[in-house]
Order: sequence, then structure tokens, then C-alpha cells
Amino acid sequence: MEENIKKDNIRKEENIVYKKTKLMTDKVLSYCPGCGHGTIHRIIMEVVDEMGIQSETLGIAPVGCAVLAYEFMDIDMQEAAHGRAPAMATAMKRLMPEKYVFSYQGDGDLAAIGTAETIHACNRGENITMIFVNNGIYGMTGGQMAPTTLPGMKSSTSPYGRDIVTMGNPLKITELIAQLPGTYFVTRQAVHTPANVRKTKKAIRKAFENQKLKKGLSFVEVVSNCNSGWKMAPVQSNEWMVENMFPFYPLGDIKIEGELVK
Amino acid sequence: MKELRLMKGNEAISEAAIRAGCDGYFGYPITPQSEILEYLMLEKPEERTGMIVLQAESELASINMVYAGAACGKRVMTSSSSPGISLMQEGISYMAGAELPGLVVNVVRGGPGLGTIQPSQSDYFQATKGGGHGDYHIITLAPSSVQEMADFVKLAFDLAFKYRNPALILSDGAIGQMMEKVEFDEHRPRFTDEEIRKNTPWATTGKTPDRERNIITSLDLDPARQEIHNIKLQAKYRKIEQDEVRFEKIACDDAEYVFVAYGTSARICQKAIQLAREKGIKVGLFRPITLYPFPKKEINELSKKVKGMLSVEMSAGQMVEDVLLAAERNIKIEHFGKMGGIIPSPAEVVEALEQKIIGG
Amino acid sequence: MAKVIGEIVVDIERCKGCEVCIAACPVNAIGMSNEVNSKGYHYMQAINDKCTGCTNCAIVCPDGVITVYRVKI
Repeated sequence: MEENIKKDNIRKEENIVYKKTKLMTDKVLSYCPGCGHGTIHRIIMEVVDEMGIQSETLGIAPVGCAVLAYEFMDIDMQEAAHGRAPAMATAMKRLMPEKYVFSYQGDGDLAAIGTAETIHACNRGENITMIFVNNGIYGMTGGQMAPTTLPGMKSSTSPYGRDIVTMGNPLKITELIAQLPGTYFVTRQAVHTPANVRKTKKAIRKAFENQKLKKGLSFVEVVSNCNSGWKMAPVQSNEWMVENMFPFYPLGDIKIEGELVK
Repeated sequence: MKELRLMKGNEAISEAAIRAGCDGYFGYPITPQSEILEYLMLEKPEERTGMIVLQAESELASINMVYAGAACGKRVMTSSSSPGISLMQEGISYMAGAELPGLVVNVVRGGPGLGTIQPSQSDYFQATKGGGHGDYHIITLAPSSVQEMADFVKLAFDLAFKYRNPALILSDGAIGQMMEKVEFDEHRPRFTDEEIRKNTPWATTGKTPDRERNIITSLDLDPARQEIHNIKLQAKYRKIEQDEVRFEKIACDDAEYVFVAYGTSARICQKAIQLAREKGIKVGLFRPITLYPFPKKEINELSKKVKGMLSVEMSAGQMVEDVLLAAERNIKIEHFGKMGGIIPSPAEVVEALEQKIIGG
Repeated sequence: MAKVIGEIVVDIERCKGCEVCIAACPVNAIGMSNEVNSKGYHYMQAINDKCTGCTNCAIVCPDGVITVYRVKI
């Protein structure tokens, strides 16, 4: 009895310490259980909410699992052709410099088919925020090899493991674009633990604030899981990510205020 | 104030864009149309009207910049020549699917492949039948003078916004490079933010509390909804076909024969008419100005009054298929054209008329 | 010494049972239900009174199904 009263007393509006931001729509996410996309979507929307910039924010959804990102974020959004989000973001920001513009892309989108757009938007130092979700695989099309698939890693198009002699090396696009003078803030984060989610959110916040300060391009890579593509349970996939992805894609800031720190 | 200038067709496109209230140009160099970007860079339209100009990393980037700008309710454009336009087809298809009003200029050169840098009309199929993947059309205007290069920029923008559909100016290397006098309209102001919100309420301008969020996409995974969208697009195309046909008739009143030609070929045909009439051959010119929508009805009516039609194109014969579909089948209809970037001479055109139509 | 009591409310129908939250809970206060929601997923729930309202579960939840309350007593 006392227990029930206690619970009712706790469940009051004023006692809420965490609630999904209202800038995430009520639509059920189309992602697999445990997929990092949902978390990344949510923290972007939390940043937009906390900065009070919903009416000034324009987002770009990619081709890939996040193709329907516009269903979940309650902001004006455009759906890109595969790989072209940075070109679109360029035009949107140039035409509407007072808006906050962000692109949201996966590894195939950003680092394979869209490599040219990625590098040139970064090199021009467009005053935008690029979110890059790297899970080392093509999730939506069914787990094919991506530009970021690890050496030896199995996928449906590298069924015996990625052979770097015939299939090439995984592309560290984030390190690559960090070399370009146009990038201002480049970081690699993850969302598999509460501490990492907090760090990633802080990085995204910084990336949006950089736009306000007209600092140039901010690039936030989020190393994430693909439990369906990797054929693992969600928690297991996060563990695998820590053991295998992080040594190759180490977390942390790569470039701060235009200076390489790694 | 109207202003008279002597300039290249390509430059006329650029100057007309600034004066038409264009918000942004995104392009990549390719012969024979690089003067469009060069003129804009030299002219600093950002200082004149606030129009932005950007040299993109590719035609793929250019067209997707146009997609994004159009999705923000802005008047935006790109230009290229045939190989570059092929690269843009994906983006144009997405624009058609998402119903975005942008302007693409194709200063056509001969193909296939890298082909030649000389003028051609071999992109007619690509321009009028869709070009990219999926069931769609883009409004296609064919200028035959530097004046029309200028005039059609504003017209194309207006039609694009009227129908929420991409529009194409299908020119060629001859008109792009040719210098003629051209009269420019006064500057039309760019859209204000207020006008964009009012006239293009679907545009992504930032979600305000008074409306639902705006989403620009060409994707719908639900087949039933996708088909509804397809049907809606087709209805729009039928409306365009009904209301937006443009053409010019020259010396057709007493004509026994007719040249059907657009762009540079139409200019050649005008001289050919003169040569033919000196020989006593009563020939006129039917010049489609809109290639899509194609003037089917008008060609059909004309075909009832003449003995034959010669479709003169700098191609292996593309528009002739539309002429054949439109015209009555009891008259002689043939194609004459040159390929490889060669412009036929008026004498060759008259000879072709005599051999293929009159004597054929 | 002030004690902190937490409480979670789960949007059961949106939970996909990924269990990422369970790995994130520092006090082992959550577990999976025996029942399933209408999509057939076992959903996360509080399994004891140890919750401190630290919000970790809600922060890592990809589907944003957890609302966290906290009071000091």
C-alpha cells in the first residue's frame, strides 16, 4: 500500500528527469531493436529542442536505413539521392545562411557513393553540420560490404571476410576530411553507453553552435552497431563494436577549432 | 528599363537569370556552355540582387544543389551540356518525383559518349521522354535565338513554379556560342521570405508552430500511395499538355510542304524556305517552342493541309517520331539531319525536301 | 542523508526488447517482462525498488520509450 502511494507521488510532471523530446514524432522507429540510429536521431532533436531552433533547422535524410529519418524528426526535412546530402546542405545553407542545416548519412552514403560530395563540402568549409553514422555495413539493403567494413569482417558481399587485397582497405573518411582546411570540428563518438550518448550529444550541440558562430564545417561521426547486419543480439553487437570497431575507429575529437588534436 | 545588349546565347542565359529573380546558380564547367558560369562569376550577382553562384564539384552535386534549393522554395538553376546532363538525370528524376520547380539548361553537343563539342540536337529523346528513371516529363523549351535564350529563363522559372515541375531549356552549341542582339527585361525581384511562405507553402523553410513539418521526398514505400502520386503526376502532365503548348508558324498559310524544326535547325529552315520558294516550292516552317508538351494537335491540323513534312534535326531523327505520331498518316513524313556536330546548310535542306518528300 | 528514489514509466508498445537499457542500468533495477507487447516483443520493466532515477536506461534507449522520474526524500 505504502509502495503504491509512493509511486503515484513520484510519477508527477515536476519529478520528470528524462522524457523523450517532443521533437521526436510519435511514429514507431523503423529501425531494428537496439539500433543506434534511434538514439542518434533523438539526441539531435534534443539539441535542436534545447537550443530552441526547431523553426530554423533544416535536416537532410540519406539513402540507407535512415532514409525515413524525416518521419521521426519534427522539423522540415529533405530526402536526398544516395550520397548527395552534403551538396544539398551546401545549397540550403548558401541560400538560407540564417538556418541551421544538418545532413545525416551512413557509411555507404557518405564514404562510398557520396565521397566526392563529402570531401568537397568539407573542403569548401560549408557552415553546416554533418552527422556520419558508421556501422561498417550496408544495413538497409541487407548487410553488404561498406567502405568502412573492417578487414576480415563478413558481410553478404564479403561472405568469406573482407579481403583487403581484392576488396580494398576500410576507409577512414573522418581522419581524411580532418586534414582539409575547411573542417573546423571533427569528432568520432558512439552511443552504446549512457556516457557515450552524453558525449555525442555534447559534440552535436557544439556542431550546431559552430554554425551559429559561422565557424565552418562540423563533422560528427558516430560509430554504431548493426546487429541485424552483423547477425548478433543488440547487446552483443555493442560489445563486438567495442572490441573490433573502436580499435580501428578510435573515439574522441580529431580536430577542434580548426586544429588537429590527433 | 529594358536594355539592348550584344552577347552570346550562353551569356544571355546568365544575364536573364539575374534579371529573372534567380536565387542561385550551381554548375560545373563543360563546353560549349561554360560562359554561363563564367559570366555569372564575373558579374557578381550577389552584389546586384543577392543571387548566389557556386561552382560545384560535379554535375551530380550541381543538380542536387538545385533540388535542395528548389525544395526551399528558391528560384534555382543549373546548366550543362549533354554528357553533364546525362549525369544530372538522377537528380532531375528525383525533382520530378518530389515535384520541385528548378531550371536546367542543356546547351547540347553531339554524342553519344564524349562525342563532340560541336552543336547537336541529339538529346531530344532524353529531354522530352523523361530522361531519367520513372514515369515523368519535364517542361522543355527550345530557343532558336539569343533573344529566346534570355526570354525563356523567366518563362521556364514561371512554368516550373506554376506546375511544381522541373523545366529545361534545350538549346545547342550554336545558339549558346552565337552573338546576337538581345533585349533584356527589367530586374524582377527575388522572392521574399514572405512570398516563399505564401506561394510555396510546401517548401522547407523551417517548421513553425502554425504548420506541420514540410517534407520533401520522392519516396513512398506504400504501393497504393505511390500509385496515387503517379496518377497525380500524370494528371499534371496532361494539364501541361493541354495548356502550355507553344509553337511558331512561318509561311505556312499557302504551304504545300512544311519543315518541322526547332532551335538552330529552325533558323536554317527559314533560309531554306526562301531558297525553296525561289524555286517555286511552297514550303513553310512549323517550329515547336515547347518540345514537351509537344504541339501534337497543331501538327495534326497542319498535316491535313499539306502534302508532306520534313523533320529537320541535327540528329539521326528523334523529333520525327513525335511528328509521325501527331500527323495524319496519308502524307509523306521524313527526317533529314546531320550528326557529328554538323549544322546542315539551307541548300542541303531544300535538296532533302525535294528528294525525300516531293520526289520521294 | 537524503535518499533518491527513481521511477520509470515504459511505453510498452514501442519497446523492441533490445535490452540495451539493462546493460546500462548501474543498480540492476530493470529486466525483461515475461509477457510480450502487441508486436511480440518482451519489454523492459522495473524489477525491484532499486531505481535511483539516474536516467541511464532512458538515455541509451534507441526507441525513446522510457520516462524517468526522481524525488529526493
